[in-house]
Amino acid sequence: MTQVRINIDGHALDVPAGISVAAAIAQSQRPFRRSVSGHMRAPFCGMGICFECRVQIDGIAQQRSCMVSVRDGMQVVTDG
Amino acid sequence: MKSYDLIIVGAGIIGTACADYASQQGLRVAIVEPGPIGGGATAAAMGHLVAMDDDPAELALANYSLGLWEDFTQVAQIEYNRCGTLWVASSDAEYAHIPEKIARLAAVGVQAELIDGEQLYRLEPALQRGLAGGMHVAREAVVYPPGMARHLLDRARARGALLYSQRVTAITQQGVQLDDQTSLAGSVLVATGCALPELLPQLPMRARKGHLVITDRYPGLIHHQLLELGYADSAHGDADSSVAFNVQPRPTGQILIGSSREYGSETSQVSMPMIQRMLERTFRYLPALRQLDALRIWTGFRPVSADGLPYLGRVPEHTNVWVAAGHEGLGITTSLGSARLVIDQWLGRAAAIDARPYDPARAVACV
Ligand SMILES: Cc1cc2nc3c(=O)[nH]c(=O)nc-3n(C[C@H](O)[C@H](O)[C@H](O)COP(=O)(O)OP(=O)(O)OC[C@H]3O[C@@H](n4cnc5c(N)ncnc54)[C@H](O)[C@@H]3O)c2cc1C
Ligand code: FES
Repeated sequence: MTQVRINIDGHALDVPAGISVAAAIAQSQRPFRRSVSGHMRAPFCGMGICFECRVQIDGIAQQRSCMVSVRDGMQVVTDG
Repeated sequence: MKSYDLIIVGAGIIGTACADYASQQGLRVAIVEPGPIGGGATAAAMGHLVAMDDDPAELALANYSLGLWEDFTQVAQIEYNRCGTLWVASSDAEYAHIPEKIARLAAVGVQAELIDGEQLYRLEPALQRGLAGGMHVAREAVVYPPGMARHLLDRARARGALLYSQRVTAITQQGVQLDDQTSLAGSVLVATGCALPELLPQLPMRARKGHLVITDRYPGLIHHQLLELGYADSAHGDADSSVAFNVQPRPTGQILIGSSREYGSETSQVSMPMIQRMLERTFRYLPALRQLDALRIWTGFRPVSADGLPYLGRVPEHTNVWVAAGHEGLGITTSLGSARLVIDQWLGRAAAIDARPYDPARAVACV
């Protein structure tokens, strides 16, 4: 399986090409993200409806990580 | 019958500003509002506190009011944020007119500075390349308008003003009549915005619809209230519909996107073609917004008088009926000065600025 290297909150991670950013964050075994009021949050619906999985991807905030596939060199910030 | 010095009809930003100042001056005040406080045009607005230099009377009222706003900068629920206004010039012709604008603003004491192309991108890196420059008005601010209306009403009530959660159905010889047939006696001040003709049909009023879009949180993307210099053409023109680039950073990091102006649409329904026009205009100046998520779209109606200036003063042919309405797209800014202008006249005092341009007598329709 082809691997791609992405970066999550400053940590490099090799993941299979084609998986979602949400799946990659889950593999990183770190807390998923925090809401603006400081609560722990994680993907819920996995299909773009609940907006619980929003993270910053390549500088653009509030992207639903369950709907975006990983790309080599991608920069992800979970509390961005 | 309950009796008051002043019965204010409508608790938008204008009615509540009048209630605040009148109660401060010792008047016994009643305020009548069937809906939420500040739930009309006031809730729909962008809350940009801004001086526009295109009309001398409008500028005088805005400038007077901006000074009065300085007393409210520390009130939490108003969310006062002195982000400044950055007017953007898209052409050399627009850029060339900036010094005249700066001079007109300086004449009343508003400080604005000319910004060249390079400085423009230092202030707002996300702006589209190739813009000529702009004008920066550093002391201007944005607020949360319904929060201000509630704050003004709370202050008035703490001084004894009474709120009636009803609709005024008629102006009577003695005062007003409410839905439930109660009558109140006293001078009447009508501050019902777009609904003015229901109680005062002799004063022309049109409703000018506007659309707004708010995004998710993207802190730091923009820093100032941004407008195109052509905004005044949209605001003061009389076209059936127009759009202009006008975006605002909210304290949450959300971005509030305006603005459209439209006559002839009576319903509050969102028009997708209008949203598209407005957003295309926005993306021309801020292409980065194209990638962002919008959370909510809403509309509101600006109350427009016969000549675009508010009616502030006594209603001709009535001894005891007063009006404060018709602030179009500037009523948040000009609320505090408008209240003083009307109440000072009611008290028989000289107003702080020339009150004649706003005298309702100028517009009373010939019957
Ligand atoms: C999209 C949009 C953006 C805007 N942006 C800005 C901005 O950035 N800066 C700015 O300065 N201005 C802005 N404005 C303009 C501003 O919102 C208005 O000028 C201002 O809110 C008018 O206030 P008002 O109190 O006269 O009207 P309203 O807020 O409409 O209040 C009138 C009140 O009267 C009540 N009423 C009506 N009939 C009766 C009755 N018979 N009895 C009792 N009560 C009654 C209504 O329920 C309502 O609450 C904007 C407006 C819109 C629509
Ligand atoms: S998990 Fe629900 S939108 Fe992504």
